[in-house]
Amino acid sequence: MYPAEFRYTKDHEWLQVNGAMGTIGITDYAQHALGDVVFVELPKVGAKVKAGEVLGTVESVKAVSEVFSPVSGEVTEVNSELSTSPEKINQDPHRSAWLVKIKLADANEAAKLMDSKTYTEYVAEKEKEQTA
Amino acid sequence: MNENDAFTEMDPLTIKKARRHISQNEGLIFEKSLPGKRGMELPPLDVPSIDPAKTLGEFARHGITDFPEVSEIEVIRHFTRLSTWNYAIDLGMYPLGSCTMKYNPRVNEFVARLEGLATEHPLQPDEVSQGCLRVIHDLQKCLLEITGMDAATLEPVAGAQGELTGLLLIRSYLESKGNPREKVLIPDSAHGTNPASVVIAGYEVQNIKSNERGQIDIAHFREFVTDEVAALMITNPSTLGVYEENIAEIAEILHARGALLYMDGANMNALAGVTRPGDFGVDVMHLNLHKTFSTPHGGGGPGAGPVTVKKILEPFLPVPVVKETNGRFALDYDRPKSIGRVRAYCGNFGVLLRALAYTLAYGPRIRQATEDAVLNANYIRKHLEDLYDLPYNLPSMHEVVFSDARQRKHGVNTMDIAKRLIDYGFHPYTTAFPLIVPGALMIEPTESESKEECDLFIDAMRSIAAEAETNPEIVKTAPHATRVGRLDEVAAARKPILRWRPRQNQDAQKAAASRGEQAPVVPTA
Amino acid sequence: MRYLPKSQSERRQMLDAIGAKSIETLFETIPAKYRLRDPLKLPGPLSEMEIIDYFKARAAENSRGYTSFLGAGVYQHLKSVVTDALVQRGEFLTSYTPYQAEISQGTLQAIFEFQTLMSQLTGQEVANASMYDGSTALTEAVLMAERLTRRHRVLVADTVHPEYRHVLATYAKHLGISVEEFGFTTTGQADVSAISDETLAESAAVVVQSPNFFGVLEKLAPIAERAHAAGALLIDCVTEPVSLGIVKPPEEADIVALEAQSFGVPPSYGGPFVGVIATQEKFVRQMPGRLAGEALDAEGRRGFCLTLATREQHIRREKATSNICTNEALYALVVTIHLCLLGKEGLRELASQNLAKARFAQDELRKIPGVALPFSGTTFNEFVAEFPRPVQEINRKLLAERIVGPLVLDKYYPQNERRGLICVTETMPRSEIERFAAAMRKIVAN
Repeated sequence: MYPAEFRYTKDHEWLQVNGAMGTIGITDYAQHALGDVVFVELPKVGAKVKAGEVLGTVESVKAVSEVFSPVSGEVTEVNSELSTSPEKINQDPHRSAWLVKIKLADANEAAKLMDSKTYTEYVAEKEKEQTA
Repeated sequence: MNENDAFTEMDPLTIKKARRHISQNEGLIFEKSLPGKRGMELPPLDVPSIDPAKTLGEFARHGITDFPEVSEIEVIRHFTRLSTWNYAIDLGMYPLGSCTMKYNPRVNEFVARLEGLATEHPLQPDEVSQGCLRVIHDLQKCLLEITGMDAATLEPVAGAQGELTGLLLIRSYLESKGNPREKVLIPDSAHGTNPASVVIAGYEVQNIKSNERGQIDIAHFREFVTDEVAALMITNPSTLGVYEENIAEIAEILHARGALLYMDGANMNALAGVTRPGDFGVDVMHLNLHKTFSTPHGGGGPGAGPVTVKKILEPFLPVPVVKETNGRFALDYDRPKSIGRVRAYCGNFGVLLRALAYTLAYGPRIRQATEDAVLNANYIRKHLEDLYDLPYNLPSMHEVVFSDARQRKHGVNTMDIAKRLIDYGFHPYTTAFPLIVPGALMIEPTESESKEECDLFIDAMRSIAAEAETNPEIVKTAPHATRVGRLDEVAAARKPILRWRPRQNQDAQKAAASRGEQAPVVPTA
Repeated sequence: MRYLPKSQSERRQMLDAIGAKSIETLFETIPAKYRLRDPLKLPGPLSEMEIIDYFKARAAENSRGYTSFLGAGVYQHLKSVVTDALVQRGEFLTSYTPYQAEISQGTLQAIFEFQTLMSQLTGQEVANASMYDGSTALTEAVLMAERLTRRHRVLVADTVHPEYRHVLATYAKHLGISVEEFGFTTTGQADVSAISDETLAESAAVVVQSPNFFGVLEKLAPIAERAHAAGALLIDCVTEPVSLGIVKPPEEADIVALEAQSFGVPPSYGGPFVGVIATQEKFVRQMPGRLAGEALDAEGRRGFCLTLATREQHIRREKATSNICTNEALYALVVTIHLCLLGKEGLRELASQNLAKARFAQDELRKIPGVALPFSGTTFNEFVAEFPRPVQEINRKLLAERIVGPLVLDKYYPQNERRGLICVTETMPRSEIERFAAAMRKIVAN
């Protein structure tokens, strides 16, 4: 379910590191919790963000959620396709519906995030809480 | 399932309140428009006419593109047809929890339109505004008596503006004591406007959890009240329709630490004439005149959100304040400690006037309205609690909150039940609020409902509970009897169409869209 | 009590069904010491006739029989009895906010038509379903500009309605927005040259009003150009929208904050009115207030629903774009019906009549020795006049003639005690303008 090569945050963002570059998106759990996504707001290319800062927002009909940057760095690319096809986030959150690409400021930051196994457990725990 | 089948399946013996009826079709007014028609003629000009284009020069406008051109009878038919597509209190019970949809007396509409009241200009001299000023003054006196407070402002034009005004008053008061403080405490059962208002007043929101009884846990609460806390903002009765049993003690705890108690008066319909917030320790509160005081909702407004306060907050009230000296009234603008102004002029005077008409109709007998409202809620609760889950089993006041826990087992949720109520001839109750109850059904009948109407509602709810078990599909696909079915809100939000545009424009936009260009506002057919 | 549909025996039956001994039992959660033992000291109860009498008595204490030349954001215009007949239909009057789209199509379609009319009128792409009034619409427009630009200064012309500016100041104070005001020139127009480029580059928006508080039309294009070059937005406030029947719409503005009271809504001592925000499509997700949008049901039938609700406080709570909850839907409906009746030609004629009457009044006043019109800018139906003595003093004498005279500008602009703001709409008969001028001539001469 949750790709092994990704790193994850407690706020349900994923990060894929590729050398000095990172790709960021929201997880399948997050898209599911939000429901049908209708709008995505992303930062400008060139924006500098710190880990934990707001990167953008994802809106559904009934909810709006902020996306927090898992790591610090400079935004090099945003997925402009999402502005016309926000539904992609529901369809393919881990691949084609990535949100931004970022030039990592500190390669060590990614290591502090959850790995796929830990995140899967974290999500299972969350789901248990919900149904309790 | 074919939807007509679904409707005809509705047994007239089961669905007593409604049956099918012809509904006229009607397009948008712009689609009826033809050049040269008009619905209003003006008296001839009695001064020399001038050519606007020449007089205005570079400022001149040459016509408004696509503005409607229709006759009077077409306007009458258009809006009359539209009106028949609405549900309304005048048609039946409106059990929307937290909204207090009660009867809107017709005499209130009549007096609001009187010449000499509707015609008055807010900036005219006080000498020729004595009647308006006295209306404001008299309503203030009534509201102070009902809430047990010392001073009032009627300027805020909505509950949320009342909230903001109240918070700004608290802020100015604390500032005058040397420190405005940082936080406002809000229980998790609060209305969504509360946190929004807190932020606009420059405070930080601190949420406090309700205990398993849906109430504030006193021991826990005590820890929260530090010197950083400016106030607690609480709704009483809570959004569960339950009286906050420790409210007086809560007030004492706050006051001991120099903080204040704000009460959201959204649920005042449970208290008027029975108890007074001023007596149990509230320092500042707002009222929703469009709830407790019967002014019409009109499809979403106008409202009014007067604020009543204890003496200590009076110097900070927004300008202007109505002052009385020997039976003469004046607007006082000279208030150096005032928080400023939240609305131009004197607020929604027309709403204030209606609220006064309502209060005069009841006078001291307002208690009877409160009693009937509480009676209705408890009666409905009694007849539904065997079929619907009651997550907080506490004495209800003017509203009762169930959850859909039992129906969810059949795949039916609160929204489905609400939509099915429409087929039964009722407006839905409030769904999914308060947030502390998953799948909430929040029912507030108000005092305006007869026993007969309550019984019809109970029958409908019981029948739907049965359907949820035997025929969940019919509930999940409801409503079946309306002009339109459930609308595709997702598509509407992804590509919003927020205005009409003529067809040729529409074709151009479609072409643009097919070329992959962004076309967020697509015109309508 | 006539509003309560229950007999005593029904109350008893219902209590028995609940299993409650008396109604008092249902209030036992309220500690006894806080339960009122005596009835409240309120006037009443009054019958319908007595209520009408009370309000008729109040109406008689107001300005009936006086001729008023007040405008300043609240205007006396013609209206049709048709509007009132329609909005008093219970299906409009007594319905709730249209969250349940299936049984609120009437209100929703009317809102959609209102949004369209307001867009057409302002020359903007979209408009919301109404705000409380013009003063709060302007405030919300400024907050919107702050969100869009992420800048926290705003430059407001002091030719913007003073009470609107006061509301803005009250809201802005605790939100960390610094509101700075700038002056006007001898034309009566906002003096944008007083703003430095440096200031502009740090500002979210320049705010002007047109026609402004002095009744003078603003040239928006050059202001927009300067603002945009510095990355700021232009907000235009419109308090007299009848002007838009013949005056170029504020297309250059990024956000328009409008008060629509002029379209069939009675002055009613200051409210309820109808505020509107109109803007461009690209800003719509930062626009506050409700919005109705077109949608289809499963059968493909056209309907309307509230949309983009995630901007509202019941979802965003402390992150909401505004704390506005109710709007003024019923009065937005008044405006919609009124504009449909007036139509394209009617609105143009109405606006032309206002212009003609105000020009006639200007000419009459100019003939009086000692009376001057201090501003050279183009006006619509309102203008400033300067008198040889304090307006306050003149007004006392006019009041004796049953005339409510010019608005004393001194109240808002100190040192302007001899200047007054005069409004003349299509409702003012020529004979009253002449009577006003004659009275003025006499007062000024003495």
